[in-house]
Amino acid sequence: MKISRSPWLLHYDASSCNGCDIEVLASTTPRFDVERFGIINTGNPKHADIMVVTGGVNAQTKQVVRQLYSQMPDPKVVIAAGICACDGGIFKDCYNISGGVDTVIPVDVYVPGCAVRPEALIDGVVKALAILDEKREAMKNHATCEVHLDKA
Amino acid sequence: MNEIVMTVIAIVAFVIFAPIVGFFLEGYDRVVSAKLQRRQGPPFLQPVYDLIKLFEKQAIVVNNFETALVLGFTIFTIFSGCIFFAGGDILLVFFAFSLADMFLVLAASSANSPYSSLGSQREFIQMMAYEPMTLLTAIGFYMVCGSFNVSDIINQDVPAIVRTPGVFLGYCFILIIKLRKSPFDLSTSHHAHQEMVKGLTQDIAGNVLGILELGEIYEEVFLMAIVALFFITKNPLSYVVGVAASLIIFFIMIVIDNVFPRVKWENMLISSWGVTLALAGSNFLILTMLKIAGI
Amino acid sequence: MPLLFILFFFTLLISVSVYFSRSDALREGIVTVGSIVMMVLDVAFCAWAFGAAGYGDGYLSYFLPETAAVNAFNHVIMAGEIFLFLLITVLSIKHGKWYCILLSFIGTAPVLWLDLTGRAVENAPMLKIDSLTILMFLVVGLVGGLICIYSNGYLHDYHHHHTDVEKRPWFFQSMLFLFLTAMYGLISSDNMSWMFFFWEITSTISFLLIGYTRKEEAVTNSFRALWMNLLGGFGFTVAILYSAFVYQNGSLMELISMSEAKAGIVIPVACLAFAAFTKSAQMPFSRWLLGAMVAPTPSSALLHSATMVKAGVYLLIRISPLMTGNLAGVMVTTIGGFTFFAASLLAISQSDGKKVLAYSTISNLGLITACSGVGEPAATWAAIMLLLFHAVSKSLMFLCVGAVENATGSRDIEDMHGLIVKMPKMAFVMTVAICGMFLAPFGMLVAKWAALKAYIDSNNVLLVIFLVFGSATTMFYWGKWLGKLFAVLHQSETLRDIIHKSEWYVMYMLTALVITLCATFPFLGQIFIQPMLSMEFGVQVGQIISSDDVRVMLMMLIMIALMPVLGLFLLLNRKEKMTMSYMAGANAGDDRHFVDAFGGIRPSYLSNWYMDEMFGEKKILIPSLCVAAAFVVVLMILAIGGAIR
Repeated sequence: MKISRSPWLLHYDASSCNGCDIEVLASTTPRFDVERFGIINTGNPKHADIMVVTGGVNAQTKQVVRQLYSQMPDPKVVIAAGICACDGGIFKDCYNISGGVDTVIPVDVYVPGCAVRPEALIDGVVKALAILDEKREAMKNHATCEVHLDKA
Repeated sequence: MNEIVMTVIAIVAFVIFAPIVGFFLEGYDRVVSAKLQRRQGPPFLQPVYDLIKLFEKQAIVVNNFETALVLGFTIFTIFSGCIFFAGGDILLVFFAFSLADMFLVLAASSANSPYSSLGSQREFIQMMAYEPMTLLTAIGFYMVCGSFNVSDIINQDVPAIVRTPGVFLGYCFILIIKLRKSPFDLSTSHHAHQEMVKGLTQDIAGNVLGILELGEIYEEVFLMAIVALFFITKNPLSYVVGVAASLIIFFIMIVIDNVFPRVKWENMLISSWGVTLALAGSNFLILTMLKIAGI
Repeated sequence: MPLLFILFFFTLLISVSVYFSRSDALREGIVTVGSIVMMVLDVAFCAWAFGAAGYGDGYLSYFLPETAAVNAFNHVIMAGEIFLFLLITVLSIKHGKWYCILLSFIGTAPVLWLDLTGRAVENAPMLKIDSLTILMFLVVGLVGGLICIYSNGYLHDYHHHHTDVEKRPWFFQSMLFLFLTAMYGLISSDNMSWMFFFWEITSTISFLLIGYTRKEEAVTNSFRALWMNLLGGFGFTVAILYSAFVYQNGSLMELISMSEAKAGIVIPVACLAFAAFTKSAQMPFSRWLLGAMVAPTPSSALLHSATMVKAGVYLLIRISPLMTGNLAGVMVTTIGGFTFFAASLLAISQSDGKKVLAYSTISNLGLITACSGVGEPAATWAAIMLLLFHAVSKSLMFLCVGAVENATGSRDIEDMHGLIVKMPKMAFVMTVAICGMFLAPFGMLVAKWAALKAYIDSNNVLLVIFLVFGSATTMFYWGKWLGKLFAVLHQSETLRDIIHKSEWYVMYMLTALVITLCATFPFLGQIFIQPMLSMEFGVQVGQIISSDDVRVMLMMLIMIALMPVLGLFLLLNRKEKMTMSYMAGANAGDDRHFVDAFGGIRPSYLSNWYMDEMFGEKKILIPSLCVAAAFVVVLMILAIGGAIR
């Protein structure tokens, strides 16, 4: 069985304007029914397989993103949701913004948009699932977990 | 000799088949909940996928002590279930279950994080809320059947529920707490992100969480088997009635879970103690009076 | 029999010699050697008595003819009673508590009058040794001896920390031995006047030890303990008088064998039960035991949990055949059951370790009381088992709390957070003691289980309700204490072990005793308790807990014992990754601090739940005392009035 049949999500807002967050939460509502794919929004990094980060990382959230990432058990996948999370977006040159999430932790799937559409996000998650399975295989072969970074 | 063989068969059957039944119940829960919310919901085998995934994952622990305690929970849960299905003393079964629960709560306490601590304290309150009712359930069976042994209880002519309706309803009430269903899912919950995050299971991750979930599945089967026990008699057909009753009660639990919001601990404690006293207590009183009167 | 006298006078001798050895080294030496010799003598006596009494189904009773020695001893007792009275009088005048003189007078004077005017019944057996006595001797001797050894190291540290307390360890330890002497006397006597004398000695010693620090609070509390116990002593006196005048009988054993032949038997039984309530701190007389916690820990462990308060329930167990189906029995079961439940509720709201222990002692004594009041063999069996398990586990708990207090400067449960990291050995010992108090398959639970069955069989609905609710609350307050011990603190170091070696030996011995008791209780029941009950109740008492269940419980015990091995196995081939606990991603690195919105580091701590608004002392203490007082008054009147009519 592939472990991608049961992906549990962790959603973190690293200085987003909340536009993407609303869309992320919207996509986990019954209307879109992501539980069809076994997806559950856990809110607990220790139970999560997929981390969805919105917003560019700023000075305050940098440590938090790192800590949450380190508390997730392998194999794990990171999705940058929204253009700010992908590369900083309109805040890119702001004094307190590091840029995209990938300036802090390795990102596997980039889902652009301002704000990101639920359909796009679900598509991104489904793409992430494939990477999750690959990472699991790699883990079995004692290889490193950072397989490849895929641009969606 | 024959008796020992039967006991061994019962224990082996429990250990092997209980997860299958448990997965069925969990899948049923997930799908029915989805239907109640007018969505398609996960595949029926989703709980199996979840558990397999958990075992495939790396273990992340905050200390090794916690792992040992979680293992203790699962081992003692299965052990207590075995006593039950081997026809042992039902009071002893409940005592063994509270030992298993204690292992779980201590695992959460040992993690020493705010959310785990919160979860463990709330779980203690939950235990305090349901403990009187579980003991009264065992006492109810004893009053009706004259024995605490499950093997004697299932050899009755008349189902226990005829004389213990109050105890039955009281048991169903605390079943909401035991199955971690809203409105009494104070310590941890199967639902999404909430104020205490995951509470009790906050710092239990990866395959250690898998071990815990397995234990909970065994516990669930045992709890539903008690529901069936109220209906079981000598007659083999009564087993069908018992299973049907468990399924109906389980369905009602799912509906309650979806309808009610979580309550405060005071409400849970007072309501469950009140229900215990009013339903099971009065039932017990009546049974005692009947016994004194010699009926 | 000479062994009994050797034991008795040896302990008395130690007491006297400890009092007069003012050098620390000498005193501690005498205490250690004396305790060890005393324990050996105690075990030797028990072994002899066990053999002589015929493997448990017989008993030894001694008539002690009117020889010069016995007469002399009778005179000594009379002199002792006068001395106690004078002592209480002097101290009461000194502290202005006049009412104690009156209480002491109405308790002592009638008994003295009985003796002096020759109205005391003669030719009664003076001593009686049966298997219950043997068990009590084992508890008093072994637990008592161990606690005396422990008190050496404890007092040393105690006076090191409490420089404001006048240093009188010789007095303290001498009183401990004197108390043990009195206890030996109390449990081996059958003559009620003798029992009463020893009973009063234990009350007085308890009073003296509570007032050990001579601080204002201690003095107030000690007088509260005194007047309540003296009031109980008065109940005892009435029982003695009634028995002497109505039945021409001074022997407890004969009183019991009268059974229901005489309707008036309820009167002495109710009076004795009343005395037992005060001694065993049953509600409404529970407050003195809380106050007694100001005394140094060894006295709390010995007097106020393991032995003295057990004297009350011991008496109740003795007279339990007389309580079958009468109003005295109803009174005892109601008060006991109510105390069990109410005290366990009160324990929830306490965070001071010793106060929790005090409430839990009251609560457990309530359970024992309730069991003995049922007056059925199975319930009395449970009462005896509870008494044994409780004595060992609770004294161990007290010693642990005392040692923690000396090592860390606090006995608050919140300060025991993470003890498993700071003092791993202590956490282990405490865990065994706590589990022994409430968890399957350990001792207390077995007895509770037997009690539950006995209550159901005797159709006692109220008691069953008290028991099931009381078990739940008991589980809560012990569980949360365990949870505090088990919290694993990150980046925390083991504290330096400043607990004396002798204290450790004592705690390990008691731990071993708890585990041994758990593993051997079926044999204990078979050899000691069931034969004795069969004789006392005149029916054949079989196994109380079926052998199948015992086997399952032994399996559980073995599985728990194997848990650490399993844990070790897990540690050896571990692949898991160790991380910090989840604190919303803002864990500052040690699980106890987080990074706030301004980048500063703040501490975070979650205390246990005490539910003060629901179960606080302010909320339920006074109402429950009132309810219990009403129960006692009404039921006493009903029982005695009914008997007179």
